[in-house]
Amino acid sequence: MDRLVIADKAYSSRLLVGTGKYRDFDETRTAVDASGAEIITVAIRRTNLGQNPEEPSLLDVLPPSQYTLLPNTAGCYTVEDAVRTLRLARELLDGHTLVKLEVLGDPKTLYPNIVETLKAAEILIKEGFQVMVYTSDDPIAARQLEEIGCVAIMPLASLIGSGMGILNPWNLQIIIDNAKVPVIVDAGVGTASDAAIAMELGCDGVLMNTAIAAAQNPVLMASAMKKAVEAGREAYLAGRMPKKLYSASPSSPVEGVIGNMSGK
Amino acid sequence: MIQLIVNGQSQLVPSPDSGTDSGTTNDARLNIRQLLEHMGLQGKRIAVERNGEIVPRSQFDQPMLASGDKLEIVVAVGGG
Repeated sequence: MDRLVIADKAYSSRLLVGTGKYRDFDETRTAVDASGAEIITVAIRRTNLGQNPEEPSLLDVLPPSQYTLLPNTAGCYTVEDAVRTLRLARELLDGHTLVKLEVLGDPKTLYPNIVETLKAAEILIKEGFQVMVYTSDDPIAARQLEEIGCVAIMPLASLIGSGMGILNPWNLQIIIDNAKVPVIVDAGVGTASDAAIAMELGCDGVLMNTAIAAAQNPVLMASAMKKAVEAGREAYLAGRMPKKLYSASPSSPVEGVIGNMSGK
Repeated sequence: MIQLIVNGQSQLVPSPDSGTDSGTTNDARLNIRQLLEHMGLQGKRIAVERNGEIVPRSQFDQPMLASGDKLEIVVAVGGG
């Protein structure tokens, strides 16, 4: 069976989804389930002081017993903040070590700071974390992150939350060709065809949040993404036909056409 | 009272009750469990960092908090 293996654990779904920007927890849960995703990202934030104690929490709605939670470092701009956030996440999730590292470099573009990302990844890996790392589509950065022991390389397709799709398939191709760990496109997917293209390129998975949460109908889009990732994966495995600009080869027999051979 | 910085905000928390135990001195320290109860967070799925170091749940009963301590109390929320 074709499964996604990350840090020695196998997953049936190659779609990873975020849990942000939904209207409420009910919609979050329904969309996550429609997506079929097994790995779902969560953020770690200060608890609201003075909040209603009866208020449900995300982990009640998406229990770690049913999903592989992937705590992230969204919003972290320094090595220290990212490392502290994931140490807290590990404590919060009872020693869970699979994490998504992102160290951002700029609040306007949310572009990753690769130098700081490398430093943070090194510290986390030494401390026993299994680091899935958000990065740019720079093949050298991807290679260095793999060399220091990241368990998945997650290059952007375009900027976080932009929905601009896959802007540099050629760089992604180089990263995929070189990597021995899973390559998961993280960020930039806008609609189902983007996800399919990522998978057709040979990505091992796709991680998205806004493309689903910001759709007019998030639950329906979650279902569309599930199918797109599956379709893209199957197309990749099937191996596409070569592209030919001008070499006519009809699918139907050329012999036995009635009437005149008008094409001649 | 003990003055703590919790999630970036100053919090005045009553010192643990020293009346019932004659051996307890005035500098009795608060533990994390008492702080969480004071804040209405008991039973919540949270993680705690004190002065930059994780406090494992197994240490929540240890009287460790003193005035000036900086605490972060976090939860999981929706995110990408």
